[in-house]
This record gives sequence, structure tokens and C-alpha cells, in this order.
Amino acid sequence: MTDYLSLSATEARAALDSKKISSVELTTAYLGAIEETAGLNNYVAVTADKALEMAAASDARIGAGEGGLIEGLPVGVKDLFCTKGVASTACSNILNGFTPPYESTVTANLWREGGVMLGKLNCDEFAMGSANETSAYGPAINPHQAADGVNLVPGGSSGGSASAIAARSALLATGTDTGGSIRQPAAFCGVVGMKPTYGRCSRWGIVAFASSLDQAGPFTRTVADNALMMEAMASYDAKDSTSAQTPLQDLSGAVGKGVKGLKIGVPSEYVMDGMDSDVVRLWEQGQEWLKAAGAELVEISLPHTKYALPAYYIIAPAEASSNLARYDGVRYGQRVEADTLDEMYGATRAAGFGDEVQRRIMIGTYVLSAGYYDAYYLKAQRVRRLIRDDFDAAFGKVDAILTPATPSAAFAVGRKVDDPVTNYLNDVFTVTANLAGIPGMAVPAGVNQDGLPLGLQVLGRPFDEATLYSVGQVLEDAADFSAVPALRAGGAS
Amino acid sequence: MSVDKSTVAKIARLARLHVADDRQEAVASELNGILDWIAELNEVNTDNVEPLASVTGHALPLREDVVTDGDYIDDILANVPETAGGFFVVPKVVE
Repeated sequence: MTDYLSLSATEARAALDSKKISSVELTTAYLGAIEETAGLNNYVAVTADKALEMAAASDARIGAGEGGLIEGLPVGVKDLFCTKGVASTACSNILNGFTPPYESTVTANLWREGGVMLGKLNCDEFAMGSANETSAYGPAINPHQAADGVNLVPGGSSGGSASAIAARSALLATGTDTGGSIRQPAAFCGVVGMKPTYGRCSRWGIVAFASSLDQAGPFTRTVADNALMMEAMASYDAKDSTSAQTPLQDLSGAVGKGVKGLKIGVPSEYVMDGMDSDVVRLWEQGQEWLKAAGAELVEISLPHTKYALPAYYIIAPAEASSNLARYDGVRYGQRVEADTLDEMYGATRAAGFGDEVQRRIMIGTYVLSAGYYDAYYLKAQRVRRLIRDDFDAAFGKVDAILTPATPSAAFAVGRKVDDPVTNYLNDVFTVTANLAGIPGMAVPAGVNQDGLPLGLQVLGRPFDEATLYSVGQVLEDAADFSAVPALRAGGAS
Repeated sequence: MSVDKSTVAKIARLARLHVADDRQEAVASELNGILDWIAELNEVNTDNVEPLASVTGHALPLREDVVTDGDYIDDILANVPETAGGFFVVPKVVE
């Protein structure tokens, strides 16, 4: 019997083309995997009937020799993407029951290329979080477990996406990344996650968090799968005024090209106090791997790195407070009745938004309010330019940059944190790419002392995703990452 | 720049987010924690640095000012909490 769940996307695509398997068989296996791993809470809705319908249609198209890039491959969709006729809530109570009458551009692209929709994936509420613990549906669980059997967070905000890929309950999954929300969970779950250049994927139909930072991207098990899904997701879209017309490179062709002659930057500022020693060891190991494959390592400086997170925690909440003004109980979503319009707004929003979302709305409103705008918001935007300038200078000397993806491995679900800033530090290595608008990829590269996945991050020039896929494949080959999650579908063996 | 209880009330009002009186003290303390951390930015000299609002590198595209979309009232009203006669219904705002 074919072991459907162990096929990579590129393998499954080839098996479908040669009629060794059908999409209905593959999709049925994945629907079974979702049921088997339901305890991970990584899906918030399963669209089984729709999946089987789409799979049958894919089989017909393949039969007619018309298959798209990801024809017949099962896809999980982060609940931040609006999907026509399927509830889309951004994992927030305020959007409970919201059923979009339209389809996001990214998911429309995926269905046009033959993707089969499995369901909607858990995430932090409005993508605000780094552990998937702010979701109105409760936390998603990392399929990897600590030796003591304690449940670990999958990271966030795209925690359900990373968890489902690692658990083999999705073959491909969408995510969004505003400060690290694809790359950090990818690292925590031992999967590949890509945040492309700002403007590469359309933001149309994705619930907005911080519009100048939000980008959609793919989660997959391998670098080659990731390139394939990225090619299916990306497009120029007139409905997103920040969408880029720069042509997409041949990403699948870049996989396997190697790194011979490439200059790889190693930024001295990406070392933090209290950083896990395993993370430092793995970063050095990654540098050795690239050198052995023919790359030249170049020490670089990104001097404003330490100011990226504080700048982000002004800019992102400011944009969020503005974007989330639309949830007012009038046009869609939940409403709490009250005697006056203002009381209705205030009560609706207090009841519908969770604590972290309310905290960020308050911070954002404060930094934009009269008298504070210059001191906070404009100051942060000036620092943002300095961070972008750091990267511009670095990319004058190197082709890509290698950093750790996260300062530690996944931590326990429900760990007590008194200070919200502690949680924010998870994104210290990823947030700079969002502020600068450059692409970044997390590749699983090893494990820590407890056997938990750790990732490396590769950063590149704007619109040069291809180089990241070349570097990513070399890291994947050298690392030969083989940590098997305890809680994955089809058994742990 | 420290946030006190009355600032919390003012911000909550601007954000149309009800914060109960007995929560305002706690919210102020949380916001101050975050703002103290953000104050690190004051170490950075940003004289003569222009604010960066967009990283796209291209100007916002323009198009003809013509109607390109619309005529689906039912779709727009499909998720409305309360509707009557093709309108959104809100509490009375004019006496």
C-alpha cells in the first residue's frame, strides 16, 4: 500500500501525473490524518466534502492532461485568509460566524493551480502572538514533544500551519508573517517556512494586521516543495496597491543550484544575552555547511538590529489599531447591543477582542494620539529606515545572510509570563526582515539537547527569493534533518 | 511619558474599547511596561533621517476614476448583525 503521508509535495505531484496515485486517495489519507491528530487542535474547521470534490476535479484535470502547479495536492489555509463560503474568523470571537462572500487572491491562486482545500488552520487572534496561545479556539499544539511529555507551543502566529505540516495533516499550508509569524513557527516545528519580499504575494482578502509589514507565504516539509508552492501563491494583483509587478524568478529551478561562489553574510549583532547555546552551535554549524559547499562567509554588521523590536512594537500596533477599527459591530461580526452607538462600539469591541489584541489596540492608539505621534510613531519610522539602510549596505557586499531563526526551541504551552515583552522577544531575529521588506526563509537544521527542532534563517535581497531557495536546499541537504514528531499522523516510526 | 488611569480612559475612548474602571490601573501598568521598553529607541540618533512608511519602492498606482466593481447588496449584507430594508441598523444617533 502506498504511504501517502510520507510523500513530499513534489513526489506526490509526480505520482499523480504518472497515475500511480489519485488526488482522491491522497486527500482521503490527509482527511484521515486530520482526524487522527485532532488533539493537536491545529485545524479550526475541516472542509472534507469540499476537499473530496476538489480532489475529484483535480483527478479529472490530470486525466485530461491539464494539471496546474500543485494539482491535486492537499492544502491547509491559515484562518486569516478569507475563503468564499467557508467561515474565516482570524481566530477571533469578534468574527465568530463571519463567512466571506469572496476569496483571497492567494487562495484563489492556489485553487487555480489545482490545490485541494482541507480546511482552516488555527493561529493567534488577528495574527498577534508568537505561540498560538491567543487564539479564540485555544492553543494549537506542536507535534514535537519534550522528553517529559509536556505539550509544546508550535510558535505563532501561524502555529496551526506549522503544526499541521509537521504532523503530516497537511501537505502544503499557507501562513502570514508580520514580524516572524511564518519563520518562527516553522523553526519550532521543524518545517520550511518562507516570508517572501513585501509585495510578492497579494494581501487582498487576508485579514489585515499591520499592512506595511504583512506578507503571505508557504509552509512545507521540504525546500523544493516550498519553491513549488511559492510559485503557485505569488502574483501581481491590481486589488492590492502594494503588490509588486517585478516578475517572479524560477524558484524551483533555483533549488539545487548550490551556493558555490555566493557570499554569505554573518551579522555579528545576531547574538543575544541568554541565547540557547545549542542555537549558537547550530548557527556556527550552518556557516561550516555553506563554506563546505563553496560559499564564502563574510562578517557583516547590521548595527540597528537591537532597535528593530521596539520599533516594530510601535509600528505594528499603530497600524493594527487603525485596521481593527472596522470591527464595530455594524457591518459584520459580533455585536453587543447597547443604548447608544458609542456604547455599542465599546461593548462590542471589549467583548469580541482578546487581551493581547486589546493591549495592542491601546498601545497603537496611544502612539498615534495627539502629542505622541512624533515621539513614537515618526521616531519608529525613522529607525525603520536605518534598519533598511543596514540591509542595503550589507547586500552591497553579500548575496544572502545567515542567522538563527529563533533564540530558543519551542517552550511549554501555558508557561507563565508576567511581562508581555518577554513573549515579544521570540521574534528578535525575524522582525528585521519585515521592517526592511526583504525575504526570509526558515529551514530546519538540527535539534537542541532535548531533541527539539531548531531552524536557521536565510535573508536575501528584495525580490531575490531564488537565492534563498538555493541556500536553503544546501542547508537542508547538509542538515539531513530527521527529528520525527511524537504526535504525527501515521505513527511516529 | 508615563500612562496613568485617566490616560487609559482617554485612549480607551479614542479606541472605542470599553475598559472597566477597576481594570484601568492594571492596563496602565501594562502599557507603561511596554512603553519603557520602547523608550530604548531614544538611544538612536535619527536627526536628518526621513521616516520610512513604505518599503515597496514604487509609487501607488493610479487608474481611471470609473466604477469597476459593485452591485451585490446581498453579499454585503450577508454578515450584518442587524439589517432592515437594505440598510445597516445601528442604535439611534439623532433625536
